[in-house]
Amino acid sequence: MSTDTLVTPPEQSAPTIPEVNYLTKEYGLRSWLLTGDHKRIAILYLISLSFFFCIGGTMAGLIRLQLLTPHADLMSSDTYNKVFTMHGVIMVFLFLVPSVPATLGNFLIPMMIGARDLALPKINLLSWYLYVIGGILVLYTMISGGVDTGWTFTTPLSTHYVNTNVLSTCLAVFIAGFSSILTGLNFLITIHKMRAPGMTWFRLPLFVWAHYAASVQMVLATPVVAIAITLLMLERMIGIGIFDPTKGGDPLLFQHLFWFYSHPAVYIMILPGMGVISEVVSTFSRKRVFGYTAVAFSSVAIAVFGFFVWAHHMFIMGISNYAVLVFSLLTMLVAVPSAIKIFNWAFTLYKGSITFEAPMLYAFGFMGLFTIGGMSGVFLGSAGTDIHLTETYFIVAHFHFVMVGGMLMAFLSGIHFWWSKVTGRMYSEKMSQMAAVVTFIGFNLTFFPQFVLGMLGMPRRYASYPPEFQALNILSTAGASILGAGYLLAAFSLLWSLKYGAVAGNNPWRATGLEWQTQSPPLTENFTEAPIMDHEAYDYAWLERQNSRDEVPHGE
Amino acid sequence: MENSPAVAELRADRPSYLRHHFQSVEQQADASNFAMWLFLLTELMFFGGLFTAYLIYRNWYFAAFVAGSHQLNVIWGTLNTVVLILSSFTMAMGVWCAETARKSGLVLCLILTFILGLCFLGIKSVEYTEKFEKHHVPGQHYSLSSFLYPDTDEAATAAGDKPLPLDMARHTEVYFSLYFAMTGMHALHMIIGIGILVFMIVRARAGAYTVGHVTFVENFGLYWHFVDIVWIYLFALLYLISRH
Repeated sequence: MSTDTLVTPPEQSAPTIPEVNYLTKEYGLRSWLLTGDHKRIAILYLISLSFFFCIGGTMAGLIRLQLLTPHADLMSSDTYNKVFTMHGVIMVFLFLVPSVPATLGNFLIPMMIGARDLALPKINLLSWYLYVIGGILVLYTMISGGVDTGWTFTTPLSTHYVNTNVLSTCLAVFIAGFSSILTGLNFLITIHKMRAPGMTWFRLPLFVWAHYAASVQMVLATPVVAIAITLLMLERMIGIGIFDPTKGGDPLLFQHLFWFYSHPAVYIMILPGMGVISEVVSTFSRKRVFGYTAVAFSSVAIAVFGFFVWAHHMFIMGISNYAVLVFSLLTMLVAVPSAIKIFNWAFTLYKGSITFEAPMLYAFGFMGLFTIGGMSGVFLGSAGTDIHLTETYFIVAHFHFVMVGGMLMAFLSGIHFWWSKVTGRMYSEKMSQMAAVVTFIGFNLTFFPQFVLGMLGMPRRYASYPPEFQALNILSTAGASILGAGYLLAAFSLLWSLKYGAVAGNNPWRATGLEWQTQSPPLTENFTEAPIMDHEAYDYAWLERQNSRDEVPHGE
Repeated sequence: MENSPAVAELRADRPSYLRHHFQSVEQQADASNFAMWLFLLTELMFFGGLFTAYLIYRNWYFAAFVAGSHQLNVIWGTLNTVVLILSSFTMAMGVWCAETARKSGLVLCLILTFILGLCFLGIKSVEYTEKFEKHHVPGQHYSLSSFLYPDTDEAATAAGDKPLPLDMARHTEVYFSLYFAMTGMHALHMIIGIGILVFMIVRARAGAYTVGHVTFVENFGLYWHFVDIVWIYLFALLYLISRH
């Protein structure tokens, strides 16, 4: 393994799209809807995820428009409550949780470990159908009058005091949760049992390590929210008393069960994104990821610590002071592995031959914004400042820095990075670079003012606010429109490439992963012959030797 | 593609039940067994939420939990435990029959397991009916009279219950909430299991599990035993609170 930096100009003399690949193997709707191919299921997920992202994004736009003025001018307070609830439910359960794992993870994990498919292809397809059923239930909720509890379904509000469609939303979350469990289960089995000969644990790409850690959380945490939501539904339907204080039940128990999932859930959301960043940063600095083992284990550490910090969502809900102390300390601890990742990426960049293609620009965006998002999380994890900041726009800004600035940037970075593998064509570099920059500017303009607003004390989840907050809210709304333009530009660049993009060839980025050593788009079987892993991950010297010896073999 | 030498080579000595993406039968069996254990782990977390709730409330409202448990019929509960353990035995025999390729034995064992599963649900429904009649189902029609006036209640009198203070008597509703949530969730798992058993009986009669491919039977066995074990805990925690 060499730590030298190697610069290789893109070669590939006039590549063509191979005639036989997973997209052309069969045609017709039926061949897609009944497929067992992990790559096709990834595409199904990508399409449905994008659809729900558009709906959730529209809701976000409505929220920002409403907050342009201090009074509830655009919609009534009731409608506003429903809009922000639907924004949260859709973005969390139907976009962020499945985003990278169900699309890129589904597509790439078997290829990265040298397998022909995930271990359980039918279960994989089932998980997509469950996702769709969950999505349809959410759409039904929206059409039949919405729900206004917030995405956290706080009891007793959700069980006793609202008359909206809590049941259908909860059922949707329950079903989407099972989709996520099945995805995580499939990944764990695949990574354990399907690795190619020579693919030891410490030769796995960090993308796979990150997904492994996230899958552990999906499998262990999601059932707990399933039971919490089941009990909530039973309480609402037939009036059992487990969370009902009038009968001796305790609403705090719901909070414990809910956050026992929903805090690990944010790591389910962010860990796969971190996996993407490891791949992208290494490829565009032409260097092995600095401290491979540390980055791999920091994923596992995040997964483990992530289970023991849930009560930091409940500091002001009446848990004991001792619990606050312990959970505050544990929350600080979880910042350590996240910081290990950020530092190691920074050291990977150090003395690398950095190029600034669109995936790398998004990755830079991720690193900066995730750092701010993560550090502001420490403010909220400290019990003292949390009491001032909780339930204000500071929380909103923190969460969006991590999830939109972090996760969504990572998602776009990954989609651009592997787009040529998925479709065989290259997106428009100029357009996507511009989109990355516009997104970054728009994002900061949208959410940075919200940190300030939160510090000043503007509460979240209200349709109106005191007039002195208007200037910052106008900035935020202006930023949101720029952010939206950035997303549209990126989407346009990707869609444009489907027809007009340059043919990319097998390995346009000169990356080292096994997925790049086969044709683009890949065969249904992924590889013409079962690969044997005979080098470390991110071994650019190996790739160099490989290229000087012979051309990377194309598909049949 | 279909006729390329690589594919043809792979097809050689691959039994029909080996799916295309696995290298060997062992890998396939390993992967499905591992999948089942992981699934049981998710089930454990699922029931874990309920057991946590039980633990907390039992500590807070012990008197209410004792009085509530006296309303359950220990005879029916014990009988059900015996029925389920028997069904676990027939299921284990079924797995053995599949592994040793005894087709008629497998079919018989699966049918016995199916019947015992139905017996369990039948007894459970008798118990649920009793609760309905005595208004011990949580909700609007929940009645506290068995706990406020134990003299008027046969089961409470038999157990020698003292009247509970109103506040504690109210908390029996939490006990019955947990009772119905836990046994209901367990019964749901039984119903799903019985559904799969029907599917398996049909397939076993066609000889699907006696040609060397027994993973499905083994995995279902794991599921059935898990559901059984959950019941044993439920029986001890819900029926036997004050009976040492």
